[in-house]
Amino acid sequence: MKYVSEFRDPALAQSLATAIAREVDPARSYAFMEFCGGHTHAIFRYGVQDLVPSNVRFVHGPGCPVCVLPMRRLDDALELAERHGVILATYGDMMRVPGSGRRSMLTARGAGADIRMVYSPLDALALARDNPGRQVVFMGIGFETTTPATGMAILTARAQSLTNFSVFCNHVLTPPAMEHVLAAPGIALDGFLGPSHVSTVIGAGAYRPLVAQYGRPMVIAGFEPLDVLQSVLMLVRQVNEGRREVENQYSRVVTEAGNTRAKEVIEEVFALRETFEWRGLGSVPRSARAIRPELADFDAEARFAISEKQSREVKSCECPAILRGVKQPKDCKLFGKACTPETPMGACMVSSEGSCAAYYTYRRAETMAEMEAAE
Amino acid sequence: MCLAIPAQVVELLPDGMATVSAGGITRSVSVALVDDVALGDYVLLHVGYALHKISAEEAEATLKMMAEAGLIEEELGAGQ
Ligand code: SF4
Repeated sequence: MKYVSEFRDPALAQSLATAIAREVDPARSYAFMEFCGGHTHAIFRYGVQDLVPSNVRFVHGPGCPVCVLPMRRLDDALELAERHGVILATYGDMMRVPGSGRRSMLTARGAGADIRMVYSPLDALALARDNPGRQVVFMGIGFETTTPATGMAILTARAQSLTNFSVFCNHVLTPPAMEHVLAAPGIALDGFLGPSHVSTVIGAGAYRPLVAQYGRPMVIAGFEPLDVLQSVLMLVRQVNEGRREVENQYSRVVTEAGNTRAKEVIEEVFALRETFEWRGLGSVPRSARAIRPELADFDAEARFAISEKQSREVKSCECPAILRGVKQPKDCKLFGKACTPETPMGACMVSSEGSCAAYYTYRRAETMAEMEAAE
Repeated sequence: MCLAIPAQVVELLPDGMATVSAGGITRSVSVALVDDVALGDYVLLHVGYALHKISAEEAEATLKMMAEAGLIEEELGAGQ
């Protein structure tokens, strides 16, 4: 495929790897956080860790939207489908995520709730048009990449006077989460691989204040293996030269300002929540979006009364610490035993962008061996 | 859900929609978030919306930088 296969060329990968090995200072170590779960997946899928010297280490960040959604919000979505009898439209990634009492959208659907998997918010709009007698709620989730699409769906619903469409909004913002990671005590990071597709929307400029304040290099990186390798090389150079800048490796789609039209749609449709709960990070101020009061007709939280409830995370699941970058899947007793992609106990095992799923798919044998050795 | 794929615009449709082709599959998507989309452009496609045009020049420049990292290797005679 154009713009894909060129960026997977094995010969170029090898020469980038050699360049990294040559420039890495053996006397020090390099810890780079890939914020985005898409990068976590790419690093494992293409074995990038094996292509770089062992003193270059990847720390997996909290940029997996399904993983950071607190269980309470999933329980609320299940309540919408089960108690309010709506058609709940959701991305496929959400289907197996465990809620309280090990329920999930999949089990709820098996028990009769009307939950539909969609590829796009456009499909959710079509469901509303095709089912005029039913309320359709779209589960809005994701970082700045998916937020404009949800916003467009709301604007379209308003333009078409659709009265049976609303959004359960869980959209979150990247820079405040990065800031949360940077401000946490005890995390030693030498730089960030910046998100690919989030940055097409918010632009490289969005990270400059953070980099200026916290003094960590950042390279916005594409998702293909050559993109990741070249970005690591750029980070190594910044560290070696003592530079702390925002650099943009993914210039074929990321500009300084991002997508102005998409940012306008976000501003028109959404306000900032004062605070929002993240799995692993806890409450993060001004880190999530809510639908503006003028558009309350399209806000599922305004339209339906959602009950106060206590959600119970699985106690021994280490997802929260893994999302903060302070633990690894091998530190969880349940990994590969009680918790597998077929029987996930935590969200990090469900999404293909989750760390536990990546270790399970690509490093299961090594991880299980390390767990045994540690016992 | 964060993955997006490159797709080529093969037909412009009314209401900010377009038919795109990626890996031999065509589908209709929204191009309302991207300015000046033309036939033949490549766009980055995500949850049914084109998010950004892909710049052919920048893609070339990136590939060239990658190739140059390798050239230095050869000149130094390393990596043999
Ligand atoms: S292996 Fe499963 S239970 Fe353990 S941290 Fe990962 S998702 Fe949670």
